[in-house]
Amino acid sequence: MESIGVLMACPMNPYLEQELHKRFTLHRFWKVPDKSTFLTTHCNSIRAVVGNASAGADAQLIEALPKLEIVASFSVGLDKIDLAKCKEKGIRVTNTPDVLTEDVADLAIGLMLAVLRKLCESDRYVRSGKWKKGNYMLTTKFTGKRVGIIGLGRIGMAIAKRAEAFSCPISYHSRTEKTETKYKYYPSVVELAANCDILVVACSLTEETRHIVNRKVIDALGAKGVLINIGRGPHVDEPELVSALVERRIGGAGLDVFEHEPEVPEELFGLDNVVLLPHVGSGTVETRKAMADLVLGNLEAHFLNKPLLTPVV
Amino acid sequence: MGANDTQQPKELPMVLLHRLPSFNLPPNPSFRDHLRSHFHILDPHESPEPYDSFLSRHAHSIRAILPVGPTQISSELLERLPALELIVATSAGLEHIDLPACRSRGIVVTNASSAFAEDVADCAVGLLIDVLRRISAADRFVRGRIWPVEKEYPLGFKLGGKRVGIVGMGSIGSEVAKRLSAFGCTIAYTSRNKKESVPFLFYTNVRDLAANSGVLILCCPLTEETYHIVNKDVMAALGKEGVIINVGRGSLVDEKELVQCLVQGEIGGAGLDVYENEPNVPKELFGLDNVVLSPHRAVMTPESFEALFQLIVGNLKAFFSNKPLVSVVSNE
Repeated sequence: MESIGVLMACPMNPYLEQELHKRFTLHRFWKVPDKSTFLTTHCNSIRAVVGNASAGADAQLIEALPKLEIVASFSVGLDKIDLAKCKEKGIRVTNTPDVLTEDVADLAIGLMLAVLRKLCESDRYVRSGKWKKGNYMLTTKFTGKRVGIIGLGRIGMAIAKRAEAFSCPISYHSRTEKTETKYKYYPSVVELAANCDILVVACSLTEETRHIVNRKVIDALGAKGVLINIGRGPHVDEPELVSALVERRIGGAGLDVFEHEPEVPEELFGLDNVVLLPHVGSGTVETRKAMADLVLGNLEAHFLNKPLLTPVV
Repeated sequence: MGANDTQQPKELPMVLLHRLPSFNLPPNPSFRDHLRSHFHILDPHESPEPYDSFLSRHAHSIRAILPVGPTQISSELLERLPALELIVATSAGLEHIDLPACRSRGIVVTNASSAFAEDVADCAVGLLIDVLRRISAADRFVRGRIWPVEKEYPLGFKLGGKRVGIVGMGSIGSEVAKRLSAFGCTIAYTSRNKKESVPFLFYTNVRDLAANSGVLILCCPLTEETYHIVNKDVMAALGKEGVIINVGRGSLVDEKELVQCLVQGEIGGAGLDVYENEPNVPKELFGLDNVVLSPHRAVMTPESFEALFQLIVGNLKAFFSNKPLVSVVSNE
């Protein structure tokens, strides 16, 4: 398979990169100085693209690669891939579901605890020597708080299961009601926000869910409410969220994703009621290896004419 | 508080408020009002009378004592209160109370751990996720404007599937176990005695527990037996990837040894709410990203104080009306 050209959209995992290099002719897109010349030169040898949450395969790239057969994403989210275009051209698409579900759910709960109990802030307090001068403030109890989940897919359900162990009443909003669960369904995100203490974004990013957390939702969540985003930055109207946080119209936020990563609004750096993470939802040694193996497995299966492991299209 | 003293009817049961001058009950008005409407609170520090004569004058009427925070109750104090039958502790730990002296006098002690257990357990789980997934360190990375420069943040470690060893399976240990089970962790524990009602694997000592765990969470009281129970041997048994979470008391751990192990990479990380000499924290820990430091705040939420007030009032009311007490300390 060494002659098969694989285009890796951006750096994402050294092990994956190494393995792709061993098995295929790997092109590292981020190292190419002149992308359009590169594409013209190599368009007939590239048969696969490996993308992730930052960069995938948009319509322009797909058009530039006439021999493209498969896009394998090192992520579960597909928002960086033009799925309609892939369907149209018969290009296969795979992602990495299930293997990262637990880590993302763990991080969501970790963010809830970090925001409510001010773990990062009080760690800063100790490291700066302030504890010698006085005790840190009271924080807010997490157990028993009402958790509202936007999107009750694999990740949403895993978050619910964990939050239940903290006696948190669970409610949710999703495209359709899931009658097989016992959790309370709200037909709109605004109603969900008005009836919970902690709102978590756990749905996929599509045209419909862009800015699903907007000014109205933020207002409904209220001055004691906390927003947790482990989905995608564009799920939230970021400028609205920032002003709500700065003006204390919302209680706090735990954010793993932002609209223009790696840029994070400066105003957030001065706040003590936010926790800011550099998109590490699936960022564990164990899970990234499992994700890489899934990408490699899907590519191998495709080029050996075997059934794909985790196809989306 | 002082002005109210003279207005209180003498028929109300008397309760001695035992506190160092620098400590006092939380300034929650509804709690103080409620307490004073049901009990005659004797506060030696609010009286112009010298402490010793105040105590001697009231000693024969004092059947219950309310110690504030960690104010010590020694055998000497107990000797000066011949009518004492009940101590209503207001903190999660009891190492400031001479429990053997209480036992021999038949003095009942109620503790407050059930008011705090959920908050302490939440803090323990929060610290563990923070250490494994480097939440505080990553937050520093973002706030330090390093993300656009470095692009990638180092990977953390998966919590699911970890073997968690809990030291002390009381109210706090059980709440921790309940929470971490939902994350797919395997729970094992050690305790003074095996608890038949608990479904988890029991080890008779901390070293064996550590040898079979990836995480050690300390939830037990500090006593003579548990002082430095996590020592060099235990840390070696836990191993290079092991994580220690301490929400008990600083002296459960040999702190000097812990710091050395962390600095030399002999254990994987630590989340600490307590230290041997608070508020002093070993400076060597400040430069480590696999350590999360909390300033003894695990119980500090308004909700746990509300629960504490209910517990205090509940125990006192039950005692003075000869009903069963709410949270008696067992000798298990």
